[in-house]
Amino acid sequence: MSAAAAGAGELLSVRGLTIGFPAAGGLLLAADRIDFDVGAGRTVGLVGESGCGKSVTLRSLLGLVPYPGDVLAGEIRWRGEDLLSASAQRQAALRGTEISMIFQDPTACLNPVFTVGNQMVETLRRRAGLGKRAARERAVELLDRVGLPSPEKRLAAYPHELSGGMRQRVMIALSIATRPRLLLADEPTTALDVTTQEQILALLKELQAEEGMAIVLVSHDLGVISETCDEVVVMYAGRMLEAGFDREVMRAPRHPYTRGLIEAMPSLEVSDEKPPVPIPGQPPNLAALPPGCPFQPRCEFARAECEQIPVVLDAALAEHGSACPFVGAPV
Amino acid sequence: MSAEASAGETLAFKLGGPAGRATAARLRKRAAGERRWAKATLWAGIAIVVVIAFVCFAGPLLGFADPNQQNLTQALRPPSLEHPFGTDTLGRDILTRVVYGGRIDLTFAVVMTLIPFVLGALVGAIAGYRGGWLDTVVNRLVDTVVAFPFIVLILAIVTITGPGLEGAYIGVFAVGWALYARMTRGEMLVEREREYIFAARTLGYSTPRIVFRHALPNVIRASIVFSMADIVLNILLLSSLSYLGLGATPPSPEWGALVAEGKDVLLTAWWVATLPGLVIVLVGIGFSLIGDGIADRFGRDFSLTGGE
Amino acid sequence: MSAGAPLLEVSGLRKRFAEKRSIADGVRRRPPAVLTALDHVDVTVRPGETLGVVGESGSGKSTLARCILRLHEPDGGSVRFDGRDVLGASAGELRELRREMQMVYQDPYSSLNPRLRIGSAVAEPALVHGIVERGEEVEYAAELLERVGIRRESMRRFPHEFSGGQRQRIAIARSLAVRPKLLIADEALSALDVSIQAQLLGLLEEIRRDFGLTIVFIAHQLAVISRLADRVAIMYLGKIVETGATADVFANPRHPYTRALLEAHPRIDGTRVRKPAVRTDSPSPYAIPSGCRFHPRCPLAEERCAREEPAATPVDPVGGGHYSACHVLAPAAAEGARARDASAGAA
Repeated sequence: MSAAAAGAGELLSVRGLTIGFPAAGGLLLAADRIDFDVGAGRTVGLVGESGCGKSVTLRSLLGLVPYPGDVLAGEIRWRGEDLLSASAQRQAALRGTEISMIFQDPTACLNPVFTVGNQMVETLRRRAGLGKRAARERAVELLDRVGLPSPEKRLAAYPHELSGGMRQRVMIALSIATRPRLLLADEPTTALDVTTQEQILALLKELQAEEGMAIVLVSHDLGVISETCDEVVVMYAGRMLEAGFDREVMRAPRHPYTRGLIEAMPSLEVSDEKPPVPIPGQPPNLAALPPGCPFQPRCEFARAECEQIPVVLDAALAEHGSACPFVGAPV
Repeated sequence: MSAEASAGETLAFKLGGPAGRATAARLRKRAAGERRWAKATLWAGIAIVVVIAFVCFAGPLLGFADPNQQNLTQALRPPSLEHPFGTDTLGRDILTRVVYGGRIDLTFAVVMTLIPFVLGALVGAIAGYRGGWLDTVVNRLVDTVVAFPFIVLILAIVTITGPGLEGAYIGVFAVGWALYARMTRGEMLVEREREYIFAARTLGYSTPRIVFRHALPNVIRASIVFSMADIVLNILLLSSLSYLGLGATPPSPEWGALVAEGKDVLLTAWWVATLPGLVIVLVGIGFSLIGDGIADRFGRDFSLTGGE
Repeated sequence: MSAGAPLLEVSGLRKRFAEKRSIADGVRRRPPAVLTALDHVDVTVRPGETLGVVGESGSGKSTLARCILRLHEPDGGSVRFDGRDVLGASAGELRELRREMQMVYQDPYSSLNPRLRIGSAVAEPALVHGIVERGEEVEYAAELLERVGIRRESMRRFPHEFSGGQRQRIAIARSLAVRPKLLIADEALSALDVSIQAQLLGLLEEIRRDFGLTIVFIAHQLAVISRLADRVAIMYLGKIVETGATADVFANPRHPYTRALLEAHPRIDGTRVRKPAVRTDSPSPYAIPSGCRFHPRCPLAEERCAREEPAATPVDPVGGGHYSACHVLAPAAAEGARARDASAGAA
């Protein structure tokens, strides 16, 4: 049984989202029947390793699935409105106003031939309808809010003149300029130093508290997810393997993959008591998944029945669902 | 609910219903279609070039006799079964002349692309990798050569060497290498910072080994694609020169000369100039398609399937 | 860890990169921006030891690795490997030296020649250096690949047919082909998924044992090297700010930057104090702050820190090789009492 019926009162509700890419001889399902809800002011994390489908799922929320992929099935409801059947204009109207996105590489999103001020003013004028002077003032305000020192001076700077952390702050400023209700963050701190990452994550939480903004955060770093998110969805080969409240999933993971991820994390422990335990085997090949659970080839608990199980969560997120019926029974 | 074996069946089951299946089928067809189209254009290009080259070089074996044989009673006859391309003012069979002319043009184009390609690429690769004074010298040389208006240079050379093909050969050789040198150098500047080149250096490989065995194969791709376009350009160049009376001398059946011969009777006997012209176009299309196909192949070579 | 002569000795290494100026800049007399990558760096590694070098972007850690191998020419200082001078070596001597020092690079997608089958890539170095005869290299390469966990049947495949983690294994096999004494891993695991990282860490430990390697492991996170490294050196903007045995440095960090790195590391057990450990972002290596280069971001900064650059000072336990360059947490001996108060207060 998948998560509860289309979330009443939820800002964003995803049901059965399936995204496919054509490949030699068939289709690759980058995302396969993904369900989750995002409530106002909450942070939901999509965590998994490369190729698990978390980024493509995030992008599909804004209609940004890269060619030649496409959404094959499912429902995405934004405050009750069905986004998948909405017109292209409607989707474009939502992007950058009510729903914003920040990416891993700010260099790729900031136009190198325009100054920071130019890009911010342009966004504010087009998206928030401000006049030129008002836009400029608001731009300075926003840059200050995101912690950029000497914001007036930064307006005249080009992206390449700023450090990675500063560029990320500019991108965040651009994304909150229109006071969105939902912020989608695709590995926003992966390219940053640990000390800068800490500041950026703290900034995001502050902004969330102030504006009541919901966040969907995608990352491969369990530590980042754990510290930032209220709810967590663990993905593997396009499937959801576990979902629940952050504290519970990290404290008492039910799925063997989640457990494996936690145990494989390098810690700051120098002693030999709990060395990182690798997950054996190779990352999944979407073109050659086994029937049933995709984690079988690497799972120490795999058994013959694993090929027969439907890979769906056995409980709603609020009750900490897992797709593995054999290990980690519900509490 | 057991899962099916093949991906296709599983998918249909999962998506359930005609809408899902239709979308899946649509995506599959789209991707397969693209691949087929890319393949088709490459093979079409190869086919065109191979057929024309074969006919031209195997001419005598196929029954094409002397291209210069005149028959004044048959002058300016329109295309017919006997003379598929018609005859010219001196009664010579135009198709035979095109076939023999093809040897001249194709040889010129291939040879005058290949030699500058090899030389230019070598010079560019070495200069790009070593940097320093060698690179500066090569750069200045390339800049100078490329700055010259090409036609002016050819005219100057031809004035010295007199009419005939030698001038064209020398001229193209003098200028052609520079483009390849520049292209290869540019690619090499990027490639030499790649980590596998650093690795080759730390593994203690000699510089020639690094440049020729490791870097060059990766750097040469842009030049290969360009060389296809270059072949076409060289054919056009030779044809243009001959049209102006500066390349092949009469009665040589070089394609440009053939077009020139027909320009005076263009309105009354259109086939004399037009049909050889169309052959030039066809060969150009053939090589271009090959170039496209190769570029496509290179681009697709190392793509990863699926997305994140 | 063996005592005795160090295998690698780096002293006073300096490297700066000057940006290329356009003619317009020359006319305007704008001084060229200079990036200080390494500023008097001293490193010592003993045979059999694993040194972890940790630093964030702009710290100079990759430049350090490349200068050791002389992929860049340093501006000053010395590098001695096994007693031999690396920086002054002739081309032939350098080739010989390079055989004994190998490096594994960060990007698994560009560290292998895409047009070379992996079997050839691994066999070639052995042939070039005469370690095997022609005809034996295939078997040699196959064994090495199996040792790192790649099946010999895939020897004729190209790099793009392998995953990132597998490519790094192949890269490791390639460096082992010349039987080096020293292996430098320049962020070799940073681009890999966590579960694969853990696999490769295990592999590195194994081959360290089996091949008797000395390893310099460069990373940007402390957690990655916590178990593998015997000693650790923390770099910041071109200088080593703290160095010592890993256990000592982790248990008793004596530099505010080290502490910040330790505290900023996200944890999944929710035990971390969530106040950001440092203010502001890392300054640009084009504009190194005066005095102690960490002072603009340092919570313990005093007036002196903006004026004087601190020298590396030994820290207790005596003789343990734990050094830190901080006025406040590791002052010169005369101010020992004040240091003890400061570290007690900050702990």
